[in-house]
This record gives sequence, structure tokens and C-alpha cells, in this order.
Amino acid sequence: MRLLINKIFLSLSVLSALIGLAFLAWILITLFIKGLGSFHFGLFLNDLIDGGLRNLIIGQFILAGLASIIGIPLGMAAGIYIQEYGQGRYANIIRDLSDIMMSAPSIVIGAFVYAVVVVPTGGTSGFAGAIALAIMMIPVVINTTDNMLSLVPRELREAGIALGASKYKVIIDIVIKAAKVGIMTGILLAFARIIGETAPLLFTSETSNYFSLNLTESFPSLTVSIYDLANEPEEASRDLAWAASFILTVLVLIINLSGRFITRNKK
Amino acid sequence: MEKIFQKLSLSSASLVFVLLIGIFITLYTAAKPAIDEFGFDFVTNPDWNKEVSLNPTSLNPTSLTDTVVDMEEDSLDGEIIDEDDMEIADEDDDAILDEDEDDMMLDDEDDAVTKTIYGGLVPIIGTLLTTLIALAFALPIAMGIAVFLAEIAPKNIANVVGIAIELLAAIPSIIFGMWGLYYFAPIISDLFGGYQVSLLTAGLVLGVMVLPFMAAITRDSMNTTPNVLKESAYALGATKFEVIKDIIFPFSKVGIIGSIILALGRALGETMAVAFLIGSIFVLPQKITDPTISIPVAMANNFGEASGLGESALFYLALILFIISFAIISIAKFYFLKKAN
Repeated sequence: MRLLINKIFLSLSVLSALIGLAFLAWILITLFIKGLGSFHFGLFLNDLIDGGLRNLIIGQFILAGLASIIGIPLGMAAGIYIQEYGQGRYANIIRDLSDIMMSAPSIVIGAFVYAVVVVPTGGTSGFAGAIALAIMMIPVVINTTDNMLSLVPRELREAGIALGASKYKVIIDIVIKAAKVGIMTGILLAFARIIGETAPLLFTSETSNYFSLNLTESFPSLTVSIYDLANEPEEASRDLAWAASFILTVLVLIINLSGRFITRNKK
Repeated sequence: MEKIFQKLSLSSASLVFVLLIGIFITLYTAAKPAIDEFGFDFVTNPDWNKEVSLNPTSLNPTSLTDTVVDMEEDSLDGEIIDEDDMEIADEDDDAILDEDEDDMMLDDEDDAVTKTIYGGLVPIIGTLLTTLIALAFALPIAMGIAVFLAEIAPKNIANVVGIAIELLAAIPSIIFGMWGLYYFAPIISDLFGGYQVSLLTAGLVLGVMVLPFMAAITRDSMNTTPNVLKESAYALGATKFEVIKDIIFPFSKVGIIGSIILALGRALGETMAVAFLIGSIFVLPQKITDPTISIPVAMANNFGEASGLGESALFYLALILFIISFAIISIAKFYFLKKAN
């Protein structure tokens, strides 16, 4: 009897792992079939107004890239503070708050940026979108930096100090170097996360049918356009949405996996 | 130089603090007109964007708008039943129509006998119910996966399955929404009847989304069980099931509860996947297979067009969502997960 219960339990556990894998396979296969069906290289050459995706893909990369330019230095500096400079309470509070912010609803962050950037500047803009994404990114970078720096052995720091290096020199030349790979993985995962975000962009950058490099007006966004296209009644729009989803997912998964492979090779 | 570097890192760290406080204050300020206007009744009022007569003797405007609203609902229902596979497109058209008519109603407001009231009950209920359905669906499967990864699978299989599960977590939520709408929802509505866009389908897709997240944290908690404990139980002749039930589970219980609550916090704020599937109408659901709306979806769909009191009411909803998820995540992180470590 005990053995029977054991068998049943173990099979249920294996079954749930299979269910999890089945969902992943189902989603990926759907994307491949629907996405590849409407995929052609012309998508990379035309803008949305001509039935392509070029402006959207470039726009999404610019938004996420700009968010990284804002978010990575701030997040890393904050992580360095928590791990290297902060003493006691304040650093702990910041760490906890950053953990909370990591799980804050993304649409609320969109609403916040709408109120503090979009309304005062008079309209949706690429900048507003990038700021919203940066706010999403900062806590993730803080968390990674914090964790990775804590893995660097104390002896390394002490050796640096003993050689007469000032603290910031030790941090930049020794501690960060030692934790480089881990931090890079974390940053790549954070980038993969924000490049697929839709909700914070809905009313900050919106999207645009045209190619644009002007960050002060509505900016083309792949994810927001997928949402718009998928809700259109025409079959052609939905096919385009599937092709765009396929491209987006492939991008996200490649960035995510390459982040993982960096760590693996290093280890 | 040393000083500058230290100051820079301190101010970046303080930025987190400033941002969180800033978000709270901004939401509160933007929600203030709605808070003043509706107070806490907002939470219990099911009417969104409904005109009520200020003057009880002139009943005409109220009854008029009521019939307009009724007609809209009727036509919407009718179309859903008529054309099952095309319902999304239809609904979107209706939503646009809705807004047009709402705009017209707002114009009529100049007559000053009516005012528009906003109540948050429908999206609040919708948010809570979809989250509950998601958890009920994801919990057993996530536990199974965590047990599989932590205890059953050989190391290399556990690694591969672990990465696959984490990839599921990396897929953008908008993809879950599209897949859910066109491939998952039809199957669910065939099985359980009712509409394809409903609380049930939204909740289930949300469940699939939080599944990998929950499984990963639960597995990590389970892995903290010392091997000595497990081995002593095995040495006494316990089966795997008994070890998991009597040793690992009690040991990692606190961490597992923490992971569930954290997943709950995630599910509450999820926008895009739910936006495709919940139906986006401000109507209280009578059955689990009825369409309704959640807070993030209400914001996503109405923010662009809203202005004045309507926009303020959306900020009120955002504030409620922010406070709820802040509280839930704090409880998970600081009570359960801290205790677990």
C-alpha cells in the first residue's frame, strides 16, 4: 500500500512536469507554425505602414537599449552601495524596497510615468517609454549586482586594500571584475525581460506606424503593435501579429539563453 | 574621487526609495479627485462610467442612459453567441463604439442634471477571481514540478527540464495572451461551455504564466532541506513520498508559502495576457465562464481615452492595485521567505 501511494505520487509529479513542458511546447509550436507561416524577409525591409515590421523592431531595440543605458549604471551603482558601502539598516531597507519594486505591477509603473513624464511634456514619447522600461530594469540589476558582489571573497578586497588601493579602485578593478560574468548574465536576463514588455509602454511610448528616431514623439514599439494588430478584425493584421510575436519570442529566448550560456562556459 | 564614487552609489541606491515614494504620491495625487468624489464607496460600487441623475424629479436622463447601456450589453451578448469564432474582433468594435457613446454622454453632461459615477467593484472582483483561479490551477502542478526537479529527476534531466520551465517564464506575456485567445480558450470553452473570453480562460492562462515562477521558488526552498534529514528518513525505510511529505514539506513549508504568495502578487498585476482573455466589459460575472474585467486591463484599455474624473478613477484603481500588491509582496518576502532562510 505504501509503495502504491508512493508510485501514484511519483507518477503525478512526473505528470505535472510533463504538463509544464507540454505548455511550453504548445506555445512554441503554435508560434512556429503561425509565425513562420506569415514570416518573410520583406518584414525586415518595410515599415508597419507598408505591412512590414522594420520600424517596430528597431524601435523596440532603441527603447530597451535606452532603458539599459539609464538603468544599468543606476542599478549597478545602487547594488554596489548596498553590498560595499551600505552599513546596517539603510542598505537593508533599500534592498528590500528594490525587491518589492521588482514585483510591482508593470502597468502601474506605466501609469506613474504617464503622470510624471507624459502629462507634463504634453504627449507620449520614446523617452517616456524608455524611462518606464528603465524603472522596470533598475531593481533587477540591483538584485543581480548585489547577489554577485556578495559572492566575491572578502580576501580579494582585503588584498587590494592592503596594496594601498583606495576603496573605489578596489571595487572597480577587483570586485566588479571578479563578479563580471554573473552581473552580465543578470543584465542580459533583465534586458530579455524588458524587451518583451508591453504594459509599461501602452501609454508612455505608444507605438507608431512609421520609422522614427525622434524620441520626443510617439515611438514605434513591437509589443504595443502586436497588441493592436492582434485585436484587429482583418486576417492579414493578425498574421502580421503572429509573425511579430514569433520574431519577438525568438529574440527574447536567444538573449535569455545566451545569458545562461555565458555563466555555464565560465563555470 | 573616492568621495564622488561613494556619493554616486549612495544616490543611486536612494533613487529606489525616491521612486517608490514617488509612485505612491503620484498615484495618490492623480487619484485624489476620484477619492474625494467617491470615497471608499468606490470599492463597493459596481457601476463604471454610468450617468446618474442628480435631480430625482427629472428621471428622464437616467432612464435614457440606462436603456442605452442595456442595449449595448444586449448587442454585445448577441454577437458573442452568434459568431463564436469572431467574438474578439466584434468585442473590440463594441468597445470602440462604447467609447464613442460614452463621449457623447459626456457631452450631454453640460445639461448639469446628470453626473458620471465610477465604481471599482467589477475590476477589483475580476482581479481577485482571475488570480484565485490562476493559483488554484497552478499550485498543484507547480508543486509537482518542484518535487520532480528537486527529488525525482536525475541531475541532467532536472537541469534540462529546469531550463525549459524557466524559458516558459521568459516568454513575453503578450504571447501568452495571443496563444491563449486563439488556441487555449476555444478548448476551454468547448470543455466548460460559456464564452471564450471569460474569467475562467483568463485565470487559467494566468495560471500557466505563474506556473514556472512558482515551481522555481518552491524547488529552491525544497533544495534547502539538509541531506542528513532525508537520508536518515530513507535509512528508516521511508518511501520517497513519505520523505517528501514528512521531511521536505514540513522543512520547506514557510518558503513554499512565500513562493505562493509571491506568485499571487505577480498574478494580480499581470496585464497583457489577461487583456486578451477576460472580455474587458464592466459587468459583474454571474458564472465563472462570464466575461468581466480586471484592474490592469481596465487601465490598459481605457487610459488613452480617459480624461478628468474617468482618468482619476483609473488612477484610483492603480493605487488600490499598487497597495494590494505591495502588501502581498512584503508579506511574502519579509515574513515567509526571510523566515525560510
